[in-house]
Amino acid sequence: MSENLAEVFATTREKLLKVYPTKAARKRAKHMVINDPNPETMPEIEANVRTIPGIITQRGCTYAGCKGVVVGPIRDIVNITHGPIGCGFYSWLTRRNQTKPIDDNDYNLMNYCFSTDMQEDDIVFGGEKKLRQAVREAYEIFKPKAIGIFATCPVGLIGDDVHAVAREMKEELGINVFGFSCEGYKGVSQSAGHHIANNQLFKHVIGLDDTVRDSKYKINLLGEYNIGGDAFEIERILEKCGIDLIATFSGNSSYDYFANAHTADLNCVMCHRSINYVADMMEVKYGIPWIKVNFIGAESTAKSLRKIAKYFGDPELTERVEAVIAEEMPEVEKHRAEARSRCEGKTVMLFVGGSRAHHYQDLFSELGMKTVAAGYEFAHRDDYEGRRVLPKIKIDADSRNIEELTVEPDPERYRFRKTEAEVAELKAQGFEFSDYEGMMAQMAKGTLVIDDISHYEMEKLIAYHKPDIFCAGIKEKYVIQKMGVPCKQLHSYDYSGPYAGFRGAVNFYHDIDRLVNSKIWNYIQAPWQKSPELIATYVK
Amino acid sequence: MRKIAIYGKGGIGKSTTTQNTVAALAEMGKKVMVVGCDPKADSTRLLLGGLAQKSVLDTLRDEGEDVDLDAVMRNGFSGTLCVESGGPEPGVGCAGRGIITSINLLEQLGAFEEDKELDYVFYDVLGDVVCGGFAMPIREGKAQEIYIVVSGEMMAMYAANNICKGIVKYAEAGGVRLGGLICNSRKVDNERQMIEELAKRLGTQMIHFVPRDNMVQKAEINRKTVIDYDPGHPQADEYRTLAKRIDENDMFVIPKPLSIEALENLLIEFGIAN
Repeated sequence: MSENLAEVFATTREKLLKVYPTKAARKRAKHMVINDPNPETMPEIEANVRTIPGIITQRGCTYAGCKGVVVGPIRDIVNITHGPIGCGFYSWLTRRNQTKPIDDNDYNLMNYCFSTDMQEDDIVFGGEKKLRQAVREAYEIFKPKAIGIFATCPVGLIGDDVHAVAREMKEELGINVFGFSCEGYKGVSQSAGHHIANNQLFKHVIGLDDTVRDSKYKINLLGEYNIGGDAFEIERILEKCGIDLIATFSGNSSYDYFANAHTADLNCVMCHRSINYVADMMEVKYGIPWIKVNFIGAESTAKSLRKIAKYFGDPELTERVEAVIAEEMPEVEKHRAEARSRCEGKTVMLFVGGSRAHHYQDLFSELGMKTVAAGYEFAHRDDYEGRRVLPKIKIDADSRNIEELTVEPDPERYRFRKTEAEVAELKAQGFEFSDYEGMMAQMAKGTLVIDDISHYEMEKLIAYHKPDIFCAGIKEKYVIQKMGVPCKQLHSYDYSGPYAGFRGAVNFYHDIDRLVNSKIWNYIQAPWQKSPELIATYVK
Repeated sequence: MRKIAIYGKGGIGKSTTTQNTVAALAEMGKKVMVVGCDPKADSTRLLLGGLAQKSVLDTLRDEGEDVDLDAVMRNGFSGTLCVESGGPEPGVGCAGRGIITSINLLEQLGAFEEDKELDYVFYDVLGDVVCGGFAMPIREGKAQEIYIVVSGEMMAMYAANNICKGIVKYAEAGGVRLGGLICNSRKVDNERQMIEELAKRLGTQMIHFVPRDNMVQKAEINRKTVIDYDPGHPQADEYRTLAKRIDENDMFVIPKPLSIEALENLLIEFGIAN
C-alpha cells in the first residue's frame, strides 16, 4: 500500500460513496473519515444512528446486546427469553463465553437455553400467564439464585409487562427476579441493549451484599466477557499480582460477585462501550473511581497492571506487578519475535464491536502489523473520538428511548477511595480518571475510519486494498475468505483463544502468523479462473 | 357471494345496524353469514337471541389446532350463519393479531367455500381501524365492499374519514371499494344534508338514512333485531330499505378522504356554527 495513506483513502472514500443514492451518500459520508489523531484537528465521525434501510449492516439487535452480551455470561442466573423460540435459540452460547463453576455444588446454567416459546395463541391472548409458569418451572427445577426475564419484539408489541411478572414472582418465590425491556427493535443497535442491561443490574443486583472481603487491592473488571477464556488468563495474572478481583462484568461471573461489586475500590473498564454506564453510576453512588484498561496485548496488559498499581500507590503492589511483568514477558518476547519476523509490515483492517476494533490494534502492532482501516459496528462517538466529545454529542430520539437512571450518592455506603490531595497528585502525574481517549487518537494519521460499515463497503475495501488480514464476525467471515483474504473473527475468536493477557498474546501471535502466512489464500481461485483453458482445433 | 365489511366509530351502532340489515336480507331469502371481528364477541347477539356463541379464538385455545367449523358456527335468525372471532380480555395480548388468526382459520376450514352457497358475508369490525389486524377484512381481498356507519357527530365523521384513508391504502392491492355511508341518526341538526354532503365529497353516497327509534333499543333488550321482534314496525321497514339498497347497489368507489381542515369546514358549514 502506498505511503500516502490519506490520499489513497480519500480516493477510496469517494469511490465508496459514489454508488449510493444522494441522500444515502450524504449520510454515509459522515460515517467515513480520514483519521487525524491530533485532538485539535481530529475529524468528527457520525456514530450510533440508524442504519439506512437496504444496507447490509453488521449490527445486531437490542435483545442481543442485553441478553447475549452483558447478562448471558453470568453462570448462576436463569435467563428466560420471553418470546418465540428463535430469539432464545439463536442467542444460545453463540459468543463462546466460558465459565468455571468454583466447585461441584456451584451452578452452571449457561449450557441451558430458557424460553417461553410463545405461540400465536400467546400473542393474541397475552403471554404473561405462560411467563409466570416458566419462571415457576425454572425455579422448581434449578433453584437458581436469580432469574432474569428478557422481552423480545412481540412482547413489546402486545404489551406483556415483564417487570410486573418479575415483581410478582420475586415475592412468590423469594428469590431475586428482574426483567429487561430489551425488545429487539429498541435503539439503533445492540448498544441500547447494553445500556438496558447495565441499568437493571445496577438497580436489582449491585449493592445487595455488603460483606467486605479481607484483601488489600480490590477491583472490578468491567466489560470483559471471557470469550475463549480471556477472563481466566486475566484472573491468573491479577491473582499473581495479589490484586483481588471482586467481580467481572460479566465473564466467568456469578450473581454473588455482582451483589458484592460495590465493595471494590477501583473499577477497571475494558469495553468502554458496553459497560461505561455501570462504571459511571457506581462512581456516583458508591464513590468508586474508574479507569480505562486494556488487557488485549502483552504491552497493554503490562501498562494496565502498572496503572492499577499506580492507583493504589503501594510500593509492595508496584514491586509485585513489576516482578510479574518481568517474569511473564520473556516467554512472550520469544514467541513474538518469531511471529514478527514473518508478519512485520503486513496490513490489517478491523471492523468489529464497540471496543475490539481498538484493543486489537495493540496486539497487531506488537507483531509489527499496521492497522490501515478500522471501525466499530455499534460504538458511539466517544469510543472513536474520546470522552472529551461527550458534551457535544446530541441526544436523539433513539437514545432518549432508553431509560437514563438518575443516581445519587448512597448516604451510608458512599465512601471516598482517595483523598482529594491523592487524586490531585495522581492527576498531576498524568493519571487519567474516568477517561477514555478513543480509538482515533491511537490510529495513524491518514488511516481510514468507517462506522457501521456496510457489506458493500467492506467488499470494495478488500478489492481495492487487499489487506493481509481482515477482522470481523461470522456474518462477514466467508465473504472475506472467498476473496482470498484471511478473516479472524474477533467476536468469537473462531475456535481459539484466549487472546487476553500474556499467554493470550502468545496464542494470538501464533494464530495470526498461521493465518497471514498460509499459502492457502493463493489457491482460492481455481487454475482455470486464473489462466484460460487450452484452445485447440482439429487437424483438417 | 358478496363480501361486505362494516366499519365506523365505536358505539355508533355498527353491530345493531349490521344485524338488522342481515335479518332483512335473510327475510328476502338471502343466505348470509356474519363474522364478528370484535374481542367482546357481541356482534351476533341479536341474531342468536343471546350471547351463546363460543368464539373462534376460544375454541382454538381450548381444542388446539384441531378445530371443526361446526364448533364455531351457529345458526341464527332465519338461517343466518353466525361466527364470532373473539379475542383477549381488554388490555391484554393482541386483538388485531387475533382477528387475522381467526379469519385465516375460517378460510382454512372452508367457511366461505361455494358449497356453503352463501349470498353474503358480513364482517362487523371493532371501532376505528386502529392497527393492521382490524384492517384484515379489507386486506388481501377478504372483503370487497365497505359500508361505513356514521352520524352527524363530529367524532363519528372523523372516524369515517380515517377509515376511508385505510380503504385507499388497501384499494389498490386488494381491490376493496367503498359502497357508501350508512347514517345512523343521532338527531343532530342538518344531519341528513351534512352526511349527504360528506358522502359526496368523499366520492360516495349516503346509501340510507336510518332514523333514530326507541324500538331498536327495545328489541335489543329482548335480544332480537327489530325485524324479528316487531316485523310490522316502521323501523323494520327502514332496515328492509337499507338491505334492498345494499342488495341493488352498484356504486363502488375508491374514496377521496378529506383533509382535517376540509372536514371541519364541512361541520361549520352545516352544523355547529348554525
